[in-house]
Amino acid sequence: MSESEDRKPQRARPSLFLERQSYRRRRLMDAARLLPILGAALIALPLLWPNQTSPEDGVPLSSAMLYIFACWVLLIAVSLVFGFAARRMSARDDSEAESDRWLP
Amino acid sequence: MATLNVLILVCLGYVVLLFGVAFAADRMAAAGRGAWLRSPLIYTLSLSIYCTAWTFYGAVGNAARSGLEFVTIYLGPTLVMLSWWWGLRKLVRVGRSQRVTSIADLISSRYGKSNTLAICVTILAVLGGTPYIALQLQSITLSFSIFAEADPSGLYREGSSVFWVAAGLAMFAILFGTRNLDANERHHGVVTAIALESVVKLFALIAVGIFVVWGVAGGIGPMMERIDASEIGQWNVDAGRWTTFIFLSAAAFICLPRMFQVMVVENADEGHLRTAAWAFPLYLLLMSLFVVPIAVVGLDLLPEGSNPDLFVLTVPLSQGNDWLAMLSFIGGFSSATSMVIVTAMALSTMVSNHLVMPIWLSTQEGSGSVSGDVRNVVLVARRVSIAVIMAMGYYYYRLSGGGAALASIGLVAFAGISQILPALVGGLFWRGATRTGALVGLTVGFVLWIYTLLLPGMGGAIMPDTVLQNGPFGWGWLRPQALFGIEGMDPMVHTVMWSLSLNTFAFCAASLLSFPSPLERLQGAQFVNVFDHSVAPRGWSGSVAQSEDLMIMTQRILGAGPAQEFFQAEAHAQGGRTSLPEPTPGFLERLERELSGSVGAATAHAMIGQIVGGSSVSVEDLLAVADESAQMLEYSSQLEAKSAELSRTARQLREANTKLTQISEQKDSFLSQVSHELRTPMTSIRAFSEIMRDSDGLTPEEQTRYAAIIHDEALRLTRLLDDLLDLSVLESGRVNLNMSGESLSAVLDRAVSSALAGSRSTLTVRRARQSERIPLHTDLDRLGQVFINLISNAQKYCDAEDPVLTISAHDVGGQVVIDFTDNGSGIPPEAQSMVFEKFARVGGDKAGGAGLGLAICREIMQRLGGEITYLPGQGGAAFRVRLPMAYQQAAQ
Repeated sequence: MSESEDRKPQRARPSLFLERQSYRRRRLMDAARLLPILGAALIALPLLWPNQTSPEDGVPLSSAMLYIFACWVLLIAVSLVFGFAARRMSARDDSEAESDRWLP
Repeated sequence: MATLNVLILVCLGYVVLLFGVAFAADRMAAAGRGAWLRSPLIYTLSLSIYCTAWTFYGAVGNAARSGLEFVTIYLGPTLVMLSWWWGLRKLVRVGRSQRVTSIADLISSRYGKSNTLAICVTILAVLGGTPYIALQLQSITLSFSIFAEADPSGLYREGSSVFWVAAGLAMFAILFGTRNLDANERHHGVVTAIALESVVKLFALIAVGIFVVWGVAGGIGPMMERIDASEIGQWNVDAGRWTTFIFLSAAAFICLPRMFQVMVVENADEGHLRTAAWAFPLYLLLMSLFVVPIAVVGLDLLPEGSNPDLFVLTVPLSQGNDWLAMLSFIGGFSSATSMVIVTAMALSTMVSNHLVMPIWLSTQEGSGSVSGDVRNVVLVARRVSIAVIMAMGYYYYRLSGGGAALASIGLVAFAGISQILPALVGGLFWRGATRTGALVGLTVGFVLWIYTLLLPGMGGAIMPDTVLQNGPFGWGWLRPQALFGIEGMDPMVHTVMWSLSLNTFAFCAASLLSFPSPLERLQGAQFVNVFDHSVAPRGWSGSVAQSEDLMIMTQRILGAGPAQEFFQAEAHAQGGRTSLPEPTPGFLERLERELSGSVGAATAHAMIGQIVGGSSVSVEDLLAVADESAQMLEYSSQLEAKSAELSRTARQLREANTKLTQISEQKDSFLSQVSHELRTPMTSIRAFSEIMRDSDGLTPEEQTRYAAIIHDEALRLTRLLDDLLDLSVLESGRVNLNMSGESLSAVLDRAVSSALAGSRSTLTVRRARQSERIPLHTDLDRLGQVFINLISNAQKYCDAEDPVLTISAHDVGGQVVIDFTDNGSGIPPEAQSMVFEKFARVGGDKAGGAGLGLAICREIMQRLGGEITYLPGQGGAAFRVRLPMAYQQAAQ
């Protein structure tokens, strides 16, 4: 990068902001990193539910099951989307990713 | 119906099918076909060996006992898979770039290829794996017993059946897991067989689930109602256990040797993780989807007191659906077999690489010339270790009585193996993690795990009840299940909390306080920054390595064919014509990686170290290298100085040579001049003497004239020879000076009178006599000679009408300066530099001198410590004589 800068000082100055595409990809990676945290939060949520003290109050197991499995499906779906997006991006611009690392 | 014999037949048939699949897959991979063998789907399915017989049977049992708690075991790995981008990806990359063969190898490699650490992890893994294998034995035995109850022949006995199950599984694992040696080469066959097994067990469980929901309960709606109405129908989960188990299963998912084997070692492409990141959680979801329904229906239908761990089998059986029960049995069986195969493979690799091989190597004295076939040693070591591991599982089962619930045994194993987590995660993300830290952390965690969980779980025979109640030696704060007096915790939570937190603390503290070795730091950087540079550390210097020894050793480990192929390829790559490559660092590095695939990083390192001599990068090596380069620097500066000196000497020699050549030329020209000077008078002497001898009629006048000419020429010759002799005496420095004292004017008086005596010339000499009263102490005769010469020169060469020679003398700072200036036309500038040379004559031969006078003057003046120079620009010829007033010895 610095080489090209030396050669063409008038136009090779990197822009402060990323291209829209690269920006999207960065945020997608952020999302992928945050996903397990979201998952942990969702899974820990049932701990706030009241435990069974009498047969009448408390959360029925079927609802609990529905909640847990719904979260699970959601996480899988997000991961699936991310997997495909990452594959498409890495296939599209493998070379770009290299130079991209240097940008601010 | 489903008798025991049929069951055994089905098992054998299933095993034969697995072998067939594995064999076919290996053949396809060898033939280069079957790209699907390396597909993400196969990779994902192979990951499902996480679901063992424990999860197949035990999850339902767990659900029947404590509701949704079972799901934690699946949620932990789901979270790990979701964080593949910054977690597993790094692990897989490190494993591939370092050619890691097992988790022990990874830890050892990270912390400076330390074998001590590898041994620790191996022991931990074997001990942690033992309860797990016992678990598989128990589940298979239990499922057999279910069918045995229905078998009228009644031949079934539990004790012997456990033994035979263990022996059969050991045989199976040996046949399957140790067929090919290089653990780093992907086991396409095994992986494919495992993938098939994971399909079988998923299919079996879902089949049972569908049968339960739609066949027994009558649809989803009624099923939900049934769930809520059952005794586990309320959300009732202990928060501590919930979080602990999620964390524990996540940790175990990474640290379990068999998971590491399929996830890292068998990984063919990093990109597979992308698919596995969603596909494996999906698999886990499907595996757990029908667990609660089966548990609920089992609780409903089966009599009180029946084992909930076996609902998967007993529910279909109780409904008379024998074929479904058989399918379910095969599902459980395949869960157990796949787990045992991979665990045995992973553990035996670790044991043989980190325990047996180092010991065996150390008993083999001498360097590379190891006797025997290492291949055989490795294979035998692996087979024996599989047998030993299975035997340990068997004894654990017998000791624990086989009574405990499946899930709790599995969790014991999880807690044990998770002790690797701090060292592993620290090693991957923290460059400051050191070998000492890892060792201390592992030891602390390991000891706490044994003390608080493993021993209490094995019953009163090993740990007496008094210790459990009151602590060892009555120290209450050391009670195994209430450390530091904190009571009331679930034993599992208690162990995980204390062992992992103290493990992490010890790991961090020891890492902070210790100092890593250079190799550790190098490896640390390689691991933590693996994405920046995925290359192995360099380090071998092959200067002393012998390719032949390396070849012999490699043949023993890899086998003759592959070894020769590898060496040939390397030699070819180096461009050599022989079959043995040069032991370059690059070659040794690749060889080490190749070998580490078979015997582990530390052992391969040690083996090459034995042959190459000298370990990789030790401080001593670095110091030696530094010393060497310092020496080189010094040597080169010495060389530089010498070469400068040489060039100086050469220059001096060249100058001397030039001088010598000049002198030789001078000598030659001098000789030719001398001969010329001698020849001229000699010619006339000969000619006139011949005339006088041969001519008879010579008049007396003529005779007199001729004789006078001969006499004159003889005189001239004598004078010339005198001058030459004088000059040679002066030049050689052998002249004797007769020192005496007189005033300058007296010397000049004598010189003027002797120079002008008998001359017909009209030279007038002007002198300033008052300035000539300078006392002199020198060789006065020689000085007079100089003066006479100068005066007679003026007399001879001054071409003025009235020749006048002015002689003036001055005293300048202790030196006498005498100038002889005439009023002639002087000496032309181009001849001025030549006047003091020998045979130099200005203006032809009219004066009849030999041209030696001024040369002699110069020599005399040098001897007397003074000089004679020509003064240009004085109107005529001017010579300046300068000499010290008193002759000094030092001037000589």
